[in-house]
Amino acid sequence: MFSLRDKQLANDILSRIKKEQVHLRFMHVCGTHQDTLVKHGLDVLLRDAGIEIRQGPGCPVCVTTPREIEEILLLAKAGKTIASFGDMIRVPGVTSSLQQMKTEGCDIRTVYSIEDAVLLAKNHPKKEVVFMAVGFETTAPTTASVLLRNPPSNFSVLCCHRLIPPALQAILELGEIKLDGFIQPGHVSTIIGIKPYEFISRNYRIPQVIAGFEPLDLLMGVWLLVRQVQQGNAVIENEYSRVVGLEGNRIAQQVMRQVFEPMDVTWRGFPKLPASGLRLRKKFASYDARRKFESLLEPLVDEGIAEPVGCLCGDVLRGLISSKECPLFRRECTPGTPIGPCMVSSEGSCHIEYLYSKK
Amino acid sequence: MCLAIPGKIIALDKKTQSATVDYGSGTKRNANVSLVKVKIGDYVLVHAGFAIQVLDTKEAEETLALFREMLSMEEP
Repeated sequence: MFSLRDKQLANDILSRIKKEQVHLRFMHVCGTHQDTLVKHGLDVLLRDAGIEIRQGPGCPVCVTTPREIEEILLLAKAGKTIASFGDMIRVPGVTSSLQQMKTEGCDIRTVYSIEDAVLLAKNHPKKEVVFMAVGFETTAPTTASVLLRNPPSNFSVLCCHRLIPPALQAILELGEIKLDGFIQPGHVSTIIGIKPYEFISRNYRIPQVIAGFEPLDLLMGVWLLVRQVQQGNAVIENEYSRVVGLEGNRIAQQVMRQVFEPMDVTWRGFPKLPASGLRLRKKFASYDARRKFESLLEPLVDEGIAEPVGCLCGDVLRGLISSKECPLFRRECTPGTPIGPCMVSSEGSCHIEYLYSKK
Repeated sequence: MCLAIPGKIIALDKKTQSATVDYGSGTKRNANVSLVKVKIGDYVLVHAGFAIQVLDTKEAEETLALFREMLSMEEP
């Protein structure tokens, strides 16, 4: 519908950035941003202009923990029907993946929307359908909306939703990587608005810009960050104003508050982060797979649920290394034989790098 | 995961909160509109089967002009 690919304007922005003669490192947290950057070669053009961009923990499938993967595998093994977005199905667990279990006769379904999973439960009242609910603030309202409309009792969710601002704060608190700015995800921001980012610039003196997903959106976002750095500013700016408003989507926020409460959760590659995840409120306990199948999941102890041997997805997700710096990249680890989730998900930095970059 | 596609609402069933969204080139799909206030003819952004925002088409058309203006303001 909108074409933001004006080459002349792109060149103008790039030459303006070059003229500043800076050496800066920015982080974004969105697979779609990474896709635009690498697909259009903007990562290379920006590097030539002194800007390095790292993808942080911005891939919901990638940050899902090995423990959560084991939970869903255990439910599949116990005969539950598992409904999940496609990427999740191929993520390797300790001994198997949902895809592998499907070949062994488990009932694993790929769905496009949580509504497809509800329909599955309605059409098969004798099956227990468990939806693996991954995703950030963009996706969590869709889970909430469905749970507010009395889905059938044979439907439940394994809630793995996570929140972006606490992860950004964690990156800064860990202090492992020097960052000069954040490019914030446009569609998370569509839901939460601008305010939830304000404390980050205030407390950590770091420039931020909310950006859209067209090449020009990202170039303009980078230019706005460069300008903030040069002027000594640290605020949250909104490049994606055609979609993101100050307050965000208040209906979506309201349904999220009704259904979820924040909880401390671990992210792959990260320690437990305060209030960075969502769980279902007690009122929705009958739809909470962790409560409903508590006895099935009880044997799962954290010991032995480790990252795959040699996998550096954690370092990639904390922005410490680029995908190409992982010794497994394009060798043992490929989209056909993924070792870690960053090579599986279409939003994973390794998958995107593999897809578009030359050997 | 946070991929969202813009499309135009061409039919709307308020009771079931379901809309038919036209994504152009003949692609039409149902979307849940429980998270937005919409009417027929609105452009929405659809993520995982749900419309998550109504698009401000005027603002969209002005984006390029705005970019040019921002750059020209910076010219020394």
